[in-house]
Amino acid sequence: MRRSSVAGMIELEGLTKRYGEKVAVNNLSFTVRPGVVTGFLGPNGAGKSTTMRMILGLDHPTAGDVRIDGKRYHQLKDPLTYIGALLEAKAWHGGRTAYNHLLCLAQSNGIPGSRVREVLETVGLTAVARKKTKGFSMGMGQRLGIAAALLGDPRILMFDEPVNGLDPEGIHWIRTLMKSLAAQGRTVFVSSHLMSEMALTAEHLVVIGQGRLLADTSMADFIERNSRSYVRVRSPQRERLLDVLRQAGIVAVESGDGLLEVDGGKAELIGELAAQHRITLHELSPRQASLEEAFMRLTAESVEYHAHSGTSPEPPPRQQWGEGWKRG
Amino acid sequence: MAATQVVRSEWTKIRSVASTVWTLSLVVVVTVALGMLISALSKNEFDSMGGRERAEFDPTFISFAGMSLGQLAMIVFGVLVVSNEYSTGMIRTSLAAVPQRGAFLFSKIAVATALALLVGLVTSFAAFFLGQAMLGEHRAEIGDPGVLRAVIGGGLYMTLIAMFSMGVAAMLRSPMLSLGILMPFFFLISNVLGNVDATKKVGRFLPDQAGSKIMQVVTPIGDDTPYGPWGGLGIMGLWVLAALIGGYVLLKKRDA
Repeated sequence: MRRSSVAGMIELEGLTKRYGEKVAVNNLSFTVRPGVVTGFLGPNGAGKSTTMRMILGLDHPTAGDVRIDGKRYHQLKDPLTYIGALLEAKAWHGGRTAYNHLLCLAQSNGIPGSRVREVLETVGLTAVARKKTKGFSMGMGQRLGIAAALLGDPRILMFDEPVNGLDPEGIHWIRTLMKSLAAQGRTVFVSSHLMSEMALTAEHLVVIGQGRLLADTSMADFIERNSRSYVRVRSPQRERLLDVLRQAGIVAVESGDGLLEVDGGKAELIGELAAQHRITLHELSPRQASLEEAFMRLTAESVEYHAHSGTSPEPPPRQQWGEGWKRG
Repeated sequence: MAATQVVRSEWTKIRSVASTVWTLSLVVVVTVALGMLISALSKNEFDSMGGRERAEFDPTFISFAGMSLGQLAMIVFGVLVVSNEYSTGMIRTSLAAVPQRGAFLFSKIAVATALALLVGLVTSFAAFFLGQAMLGEHRAEIGDPGVLRAVIGGGLYMTLIAMFSMGVAAMLRSPMLSLGILMPFFFLISNVLGNVDATKKVGRFLPDQAGSKIMQVVTPIGDDTPYGPWGGLGIMGLWVLAALIGGYVLLKKRDA
């Protein structure tokens, strides 16, 4: 039943987490692969952090299974050498120095102390290594969390909302770091609630809403399918134009204010038709829906779906995306 | 996951926070200073005591009088060692590094217990010798029957108090909640229950009441306590065991 696992894979199989009546994560199955940055996208409260905590064995799944390189998390010997995680902005004792924080983590996983100095250097915290972490700024804290994730030189890195609260320089640094880690062949799994952020870093995309999988697709595929292009048309002879378009087999939708919208890149065709029939056009503009809109539309469906269904619902139509990424 | 790795890691954790130093320093200073003060006062009172009081006069136990207050610092030490993980969010980092929760908790408790034992014994011996110095001609000698047992027992008592606090903190997670329950319990409630006739029979099975029997050298006249010094320490040990098992079971079961 279990697929053979490549080093650096995270595999979720029917992962579910219930808190009483509330379902935080609902039957999630997907695989995170090495060599690319995989974006884990969903609105706030979609279940991203819960999923990540279950991957690390911190929260116990109600049902289903998650494996790292084919093993359960607690079966990993020295887990920090398999997977490093930045979970939240602050997950350490503020009274401890940065060096000692990393040292105790290193010791627990048999990682040599020299590696502590290396990662401090990598994230640029060497100068404050002997300072107590409670004085750290948001950005320094994020760097310390990343140093902890890198400590065991793991094949898999997982970052929960890493750019939250960072200044532009810090955001740029994290983006570059994630890309370079993926380029080294590592698995990089990063959550965000911002589509725009993912579009800049992720090559693959897993979208969830209300704890359900909505899309599991390559970023290129997602962009192609979701950046809906349409043509906006405005004409004083709207009714006549509609007739002409209908005869040509083109579906136009009225979008208020006398505007028409036609799906697809048919601007030339519409222009020519209008000219043939001597119809005046005041506007003929090809347009592209943004990824943010596509994401909103996708997740809004899941929200609506939940609100309107009384009985236990079928999974939303996620099949339309990323068939290529489904296991054969 | 080698156990030595986790123990080494927990040692780094415990030595790298200020609370370890100040709680344990307070244990020593408060216990010894208060013990000396009460020993000095007792010496002055001896002359005005009646025959029965003189017969019950227990110089060893008197020199440990400071433990009633010093143990509160030990409770703070035990509680903070465990609950710091929760109040700071460190617990998630710790359990991601050591997913074997039993290994995590018991390595932490082992390291903290070793430290508490060391400090407890130092405190106990210091409180005894300095207290006896204050008592002058009424003092006990370390070679007297039962005295060495009482002094070592004082160190063990302090260690068990720390362990019990760690178990309770592992169950409750919150430092404020743990301290809010343990401090008044050991400082007030247990004393009340142990001294009021109606509840005495139950009260003397409470951890501190039973455990402190080990520090007594002279048994009060008419004492009907159904256990001896080591029996009392054993009862306290059972409380500790229950608290640690409770803490472990909850840690194992709960989401971090």
